[in-house]
Amino acid sequence: MERFITKENLTRLAEELVATCRVLAPVAGGGSVTFRRFQPGMTIDLHTRMAAVSPKAATFPQTETLLVVKREGEEKKPELIETLPQGKSVVIGCRPCGARGKLIFDPVYETEKIKDPYYLQRRQNTVFISLACDRPETTCFCHSVGSGPADPDGSDVLLTLVGEGYVARSVTPAGEEILKLALFTDAGDKGKEADAKNAKAREMMGEGHDYAGAPAKLLARFDDMDFWQAQSAKCISCGACTYMCPTCYCFNITDDDLGLNSRRIRTWDNCMSHTFTLEGSGHNPRSTKAHRLKNRVGHKFSYYPDLHKGVIACCGCGRCIKQCPAGIDIRQIVKAAQEYSE
Amino acid sequence: MSQLDDLKTAIKSRLGELECVIGWEQGYDPLHATPLFIRSEADLDRLIIGPLAVHNLATYLTGYKGKKVGVVVKGCDSKSVVQLLNEKLINRDDVVIFGLCCDGVVSQRKIRAALPADPGFVESVEIGGDGMTVTVAGQAATLKFADVQADKCRICTTPDAIVSDVLVGTAHTPAPAASLACQDEFEAKSDAEKLEFWQETMSRCIRCYACRNACPMCVCRDYCIATSRDPLWLSQDNTPAENMMFQMVHVSHLAGRCTECGECERACPVDIPLMLLRRFMNKQVKDVFEHQAGAALEQTPPLLTFKVEEERINERGW
Repeated sequence: MERFITKENLTRLAEELVATCRVLAPVAGGGSVTFRRFQPGMTIDLHTRMAAVSPKAATFPQTETLLVVKREGEEKKPELIETLPQGKSVVIGCRPCGARGKLIFDPVYETEKIKDPYYLQRRQNTVFISLACDRPETTCFCHSVGSGPADPDGSDVLLTLVGEGYVARSVTPAGEEILKLALFTDAGDKGKEADAKNAKAREMMGEGHDYAGAPAKLLARFDDMDFWQAQSAKCISCGACTYMCPTCYCFNITDDDLGLNSRRIRTWDNCMSHTFTLEGSGHNPRSTKAHRLKNRVGHKFSYYPDLHKGVIACCGCGRCIKQCPAGIDIRQIVKAAQEYSE
Repeated sequence: MSQLDDLKTAIKSRLGELECVIGWEQGYDPLHATPLFIRSEADLDRLIIGPLAVHNLATYLTGYKGKKVGVVVKGCDSKSVVQLLNEKLINRDDVVIFGLCCDGVVSQRKIRAALPADPGFVESVEIGGDGMTVTVAGQAATLKFADVQADKCRICTTPDAIVSDVLVGTAHTPAPAASLACQDEFEAKSDAEKLEFWQETMSRCIRCYACRNACPMCVCRDYCIATSRDPLWLSQDNTPAENMMFQMVHVSHLAGRCTECGECERACPVDIPLMLLRRFMNKQVKDVFEHQAGAALEQTPPLLTFKVEEERINERGW
């Protein structure tokens, strides 16, 4: 289905959806654009820049309460309370790369043996209304990892800016339901203009880098710690890259003891941290930042593709590059492994 | 010879005895520099200095314990080296300091605000005279350094490295101490306003610890209490209160140690103005102990020593 929505009506759409859904949208504040829980009166900021943090929190929140334990004195048995996420969510104004991140999550959180109920609940109840990009940033490389600036995969609705509004195309049945709302009007012949804009954006990106063979090339460097020490020299071991990343799905589980009540929470974890692989014995198999960066790059461009039909666990949004305090460029690391000669 | 040529000559003459020399090179686009670890003369060709060389490379020094390395420092960065030496976290014999006489560095945030389009669309950058011409998304914009320089440069009293083995460039006449308008404005707010500000601001924090790890003085790194599991000092929940609690831990551990290099604030991916906390804490330390971290060699940070009677702390008179 193809419809049209004006900029004003997109805000109205968010305001209407708030009544029945949790709406997440990019909002500017303090110089930064981040996804916020939208409330009427807020200004959705779709065009200043891509949001600093990816929209992954919609399906994989930074903190997920797994269960709550209530105690009432010594005699009574503690009560265990399930806390599966309730309700529906709509993400408005993410970029196609951000929406696509969850496609990397799916094969991990839904296997024949293991189904993660928290993730799946959110996944099934979240609609992504993405905005196609009209110009690539210096850090963008979606076209090198099997995607593009108007990639519909992972989105439910894809918007393309045309004049003072957006051509809206449904990608899934859930997206089609949204387009049936009265705020959307007939797109007329604006679809052609949208196609032209999307084609131009893709053309501006030029030819992508070919990551074919990268999994084997990275594996070949697995024991070459000199290579990884050189690549990781400037890494400061923070978690900016992983927390910004739409495809990083690792978590930590801790118990928060609150007197008589306690809570088991799942929070984002990051493989750049020493504690990520710290074992109970005190031994740490990834004791240095070189080991840890090797894992991050290797996981995305080698181990994950080997396990999941060659799919690279990266959507090319470039957040890890531009938000890295030291300016580490993951593209250069993979390239260095690909071009390595003994 | 230019300052860069002088620097390259100086590094070349010492490179043989060093594990590496840490400097800067052009980064992933024309608007960004990135740290460079020079191990050979070929690497040296990539060295750059100037207003984009924002990173405080002293942050890397404690990672090279037991090895002899070189580091290129601006005036502000040199204060971090001084503080590391004063706290005996590095050995003077293990570090060769290539000091710069610095003309200031840019704030990427100010550049972003001043450009007609997002800096992600940068096409070219020309640096010269008192500013730079940046072309973004087909539009050229001329930015004056005075308008886009980092806050710390506006109030800098030590543009030239205060400790060095080699100092390159033309020495500056240091400016007198001054305060920042944004700091004064913030501190004039009421407690309720400040609370509201931090609640709103800390709701953006994602606890990635970029602020902590970019800090040259945050040397606990892998053993920070913020991520300790046993005991669990801080909840891993990312509520504004927990996030603020972590920042309070951070700023308290830097009392008398923070040299105001601004790396915490620069590293923050969601633009949290962390220096408001740092500068406030430093002012308290200065008022109580007459101490400024990194100001001179051979100082002992006030919280690393003990006096029975502190001159400015009234312990018994009330």
